[in-house]
Amino acid sequence: MNITILEAKHISKDFPGPSVPVRILSDITFSINKGEFVAVIGKSGCGKSTLLYILSTLDTDYEGDLLIGNENMRGKKENQLAKIRNEKIGFVFQFHYLLNEFSVLRNVMLPAQKLNKYTEQEIAQMALQKLEMLDISKLAHKKPNQLSGGEKQRVAIARALINSPQIIMCDEPTGNLDKKNSEIVFDIFQRLTKEINQTLLVVTHDTSFAEKTQRIIEMEDGRIVSL
Amino acid sequence: MNYKLLVNIAKALLLARWRQTMVAAVGVTFGIAMFIALQSFMTGLNKLLDGLILNRTPDVRLYHEIKPSNRQPINESPFYNRNYNFISSLKSANARLEIYNSGTILQSLAKDERVRGFTPRITAQVFFNYGNNDINGAITGIDVQKESLLYSFTDYVVEGKASDLKNVANSIILGKGLAERIQVNVGDVVSITTSTGDQYSLKTVGFFQSGINEIDKMQSYASISTTQKILGKPGDYITDINIKLKDLNIAPEVAKEYAQLYSTDAEDIQTANAQFETGSRVRTIISYSVGITLLIVAGFGIYNILNMMIYEKMDSIAILKATGFSGSDVKKIFLVISLGIGLSGGLLGLFFGYVLSSGINHIPFNTSALPTVKTYPINYNPLFYVIGILFSLITTYLAGMFPARKASKVDPVIIIRGK
Repeated sequence: MNITILEAKHISKDFPGPSVPVRILSDITFSINKGEFVAVIGKSGCGKSTLLYILSTLDTDYEGDLLIGNENMRGKKENQLAKIRNEKIGFVFQFHYLLNEFSVLRNVMLPAQKLNKYTEQEIAQMALQKLEMLDISKLAHKKPNQLSGGEKQRVAIARALINSPQIIMCDEPTGNLDKKNSEIVFDIFQRLTKEINQTLLVVTHDTSFAEKTQRIIEMEDGRIVSL
Repeated sequence: MNYKLLVNIAKALLLARWRQTMVAAVGVTFGIAMFIALQSFMTGLNKLLDGLILNRTPDVRLYHEIKPSNRQPINESPFYNRNYNFISSLKSANARLEIYNSGTILQSLAKDERVRGFTPRITAQVFFNYGNNDINGAITGIDVQKESLLYSFTDYVVEGKASDLKNVANSIILGKGLAERIQVNVGDVVSITTSTGDQYSLKTVGFFQSGINEIDKMQSYASISTTQKILGKPGDYITDINIKLKDLNIAPEVAKEYAQLYSTDAEDIQTANAQFETGSRVRTIISYSVGITLLIVAGFGIYNILNMMIYEKMDSIAILKATGFSGSDVKKIFLVISLGIGLSGGLLGLFFGYVLSSGINHIPFNTSALPTVKTYPINYNPLFYVIGILFSLITTYLAGMFPARKASKVDPVIIIRGK
């Protein structure tokens, strides 16, 4: 069963340079199917992060077409894109971006509260369940600044999972972590693909991490060199 | 839209920086409190000063002025009526001060819907005998009950009883200054000489103090019948009718109407005291501008604090936007923060404004000019409190709008890339 979750069609992007625009991405075309665990690798500056921001709809300044769940993202308004991100995309960044003002549980609940599909109690229940799945339910009522780096990143993953997104996009999710924590995060990702058939797109320059994924997209100078 | 969530986030951000928030709120509190106190005090003072005039001045005064007739024989003559006639040094022939037909006028005034009340009066010029000296003065014949009702006459009687004017025959209430000049106490008998040369003895039953020294040195009051007796006039002799209207603002038209209807002279309060409204207006403008200035200063404080908060919370804004909060959601969060500061600061401001103004209300304020006033006057008008809270919300909204707009435009890509 191959359901296409995300499709990039001829995506290009220029940055305004000193005299002529510099081409950052040129003619990127690929698609990701449901349940795939994809790693995008490449040297730093090859445009892999830029590509991720375009694929995640955060960056709207590009040429070409982006389809998420067969829906073209071109021409959508800012608040429509925000809604799509809320519903269909989970994020894990290099930095955890947890709100120190809220408890761990509330941080995880936040995107679901924004979605506003379930009641407060149901959302709390779902959030606890996600934390349990990641083995950090005992941290639920702590503040993020009381947590270790690895724990914070796991909370961020729980937050990405809360709305059962079609795809989770990660930008260097292990970049700030030591080997042991990196392995924990990788194991979590692997479990997610196996247990709930979660689609994952991970941008990383950690080749040992990438090698363990199902599929590697390698980039160089704004082009895909191998799919 | 899930407003509860946005408010929750705003609250968390506020409480995370509660010290800064408090400083901002204190700014608003101070502004609003000062505004309330100033307004209450200023308008209290205005009311008092206006009262000085309004309590004593009728809205419309009917009187008969001694003046030459408008119709002169030469103009009536057919021989000269095509000419332009200059007549100089005209003198009035009929020197009667009384209002003609006063009985009928009083009856028809009692039926007029626009009239709240009216008092007949007689003014008489007299001399007060003080040893060999005669001191110039005036007696006004009044109806004590009506005067007390419409012009709070009893408030100004500082010694003795106003009602004695009616109950004791041939009695007089002297101005405090006048009594001091001719050295009489309550209970003493004063003798007066009228302009026609008749002498009378009147019993002093009280003193009054109007607050205007010139008046207190000249003026005295007696009942209407006593005054008629002194002047040797019949019972329908009245020189003035002072009318209080239900609506002060229609005084000019009513005055005009009565002048025609009763063929007397009529003067309205606006003409008689043209300057007094100007004074109140200037004082109101001053207190509003001080209040608004304070609030603008507080507004800049809020603007600064929100701006700082946005720089501190860039990460939070970025992740909120990445996880599905739109720009307008972020804007709302920061507006809620700003309005929260405005509302809490404003409500506290109302409270402290009330405390401050009631404090002023307890400061002793004794002046011989105002016998009824013992403390500084305060006007506890609920309207000021409504305006105060509206002001605080509007200024904080405006102060929050620009930082909120900035927050809504934060590009999460730039923040996340920078890490």
